[in-house]
Amino acid sequence: MSKVGNRSVIGPSLMLDSELAAEQRVARERARAVQRRWTTAQIAIRIMSLVVVLGAWEYVGRQINPVLFTYPTAVADAAVKMIASGELWKYLSQSLIVLFAGLSLAAVFGIALGLVMARFWAIDIALDTYITALYSIPSVALVPVLVLWFGFETTAKTAVVFLFTFFPIVINTYQGVKNVDQHLIEVGRAFRCNERNLWMHIVLPAAVPFIVAGLRLAIGRGLIGMVLADLYTAITGIGYLIARYASIYRTDAMFVPVVTLGVLGITLTGLLRFVERRVAPWMHQPEQE
Amino acid sequence: MADGTKIVVDHASKLFLEGTVVAFRNVELNVRSNEVLCIVGPSGCGKTTLLRCIGGLLAPSSGQVLIDGHIVHSPRPGVAIVFQHFGLLPWKTVVDNVGFGLKVAGVPRQQLAERVEHYIRLVGLAGFENQYPYQLSGGMQQRVGLARALATHPEILLMDEPFASVDAQTREVLQEELLRLHERERKTMVFITHSIDEALVLGDRVAVMATRPGRVKEVLTVNFARPRDPAAVRAEPRYTEMRNHIWEELRPSVVV
Repeated sequence: MSKVGNRSVIGPSLMLDSELAAEQRVARERARAVQRRWTTAQIAIRIMSLVVVLGAWEYVGRQINPVLFTYPTAVADAAVKMIASGELWKYLSQSLIVLFAGLSLAAVFGIALGLVMARFWAIDIALDTYITALYSIPSVALVPVLVLWFGFETTAKTAVVFLFTFFPIVINTYQGVKNVDQHLIEVGRAFRCNERNLWMHIVLPAAVPFIVAGLRLAIGRGLIGMVLADLYTAITGIGYLIARYASIYRTDAMFVPVVTLGVLGITLTGLLRFVERRVAPWMHQPEQE
Repeated sequence: MADGTKIVVDHASKLFLEGTVVAFRNVELNVRSNEVLCIVGPSGCGKTTLLRCIGGLLAPSSGQVLIDGHIVHSPRPGVAIVFQHFGLLPWKTVVDNVGFGLKVAGVPRQQLAERVEHYIRLVGLAGFENQYPYQLSGGMQQRVGLARALATHPEILLMDEPFASVDAQTREVLQEELLRLHERERKTMVFITHSIDEALVLGDRVAVMATRPGRVKEVLTVNFARPRDPAAVRAEPRYTEMRNHIWEELRPSVVV
């Protein structure tokens, strides 16, 4: 019983053992060192990959006619100019407003509808055909209809982003509720939870990982919707930048908004992961020894 | 009730899947106030299903379960369950898991905090209050499960193979602790196990269940003195005698 280091045989009294505390400290430091080394390795690989890919792009890009293709230093050069002149931000901000408006509306209504469908079987049966159908239709096909209804300006663009992002959020939220561990539902019943308590303490927290996954999908689709809206309705925002520089064969400048979209995707996903860590720390279980 | 009977299982049967699977049939069982009744039986004898019927999580197909003379339709107040798979909420810390039953019962915050602290200390988890379940060993997780049940101050504690998912050493420690707890706070306990040893060490009486159909074959009185020391119990000749007897009863039901 005095064997230390094995978690499963630790009795409460042993936890006070100073020898054990010392060993725990060593173990904790060792785990942190492993974690640090792992993080360093990840960063190193990322940097190496970046150097190799950008280097290859630079080399190949310089061999090709600049109208057809470009290379990183040219893009960087164009980016510096476009940022300095305020041009990039001016058009990007127009698109970002649309993206955030569309995503926020889709998150609010999508999560709400997903919860309602999961809770009320009649609504589920009444609506699930449409949800599945609309999710299956490529959202692009509906853009002309939205233009008819909402015009060409911000409202229409927001509607496009909403359309692109709404369904994955609904479906994931619904799945999250339906996938709640039945053992935990039974625990709730055993402790005489009323419906409100059951949802607050068990169903909603259990659905959080699914909802977050839905939001992550929605961010990717939302970026597509955002650019599409810029190109298919009134040509404004980041779509305008791409279209304009493409039309005057400034491939290097055209790549600036394209790269910006990639950076935006990475940033938003990272932001979501950060929020997730704060609101749902139990989802990130560190690896056990 | 006059004879101190707390729980009555009255000719209860439970069938599943349109009656094609019989969990148990025609079970008659009384549990007295403040006794520990252990139900021992092999897999498939319906012992867990029976416990869930007593807990009000399942309704028997026929017959009925009464607690304090009331027919059980849904989980009754004053009854707490400890689950084999712990059933801890992964998004709650130890404190919040232990306080779960009190919180949903609307116990005032101050009182809740005091009781939670008391039971966390009682099960030896002081210092782990803010850990999440995944940070705890199996044995510690079940201590949380036990503290959560005890914190509601139940008159009846239903335990569904609570120590079956922890390793053998932890199991013995937990058995000793449960015996100590029972000395401190007498409760009516129904304890499901497939271990004959566990049933004899913990129980005042042992109900032996058999399979096909699931039924109570025999109820034995275990009269080892309390407070009990498991090691001393195991050394008694009567322990060996009863152990062999129960094993002979169970053997025909064990499917390999």
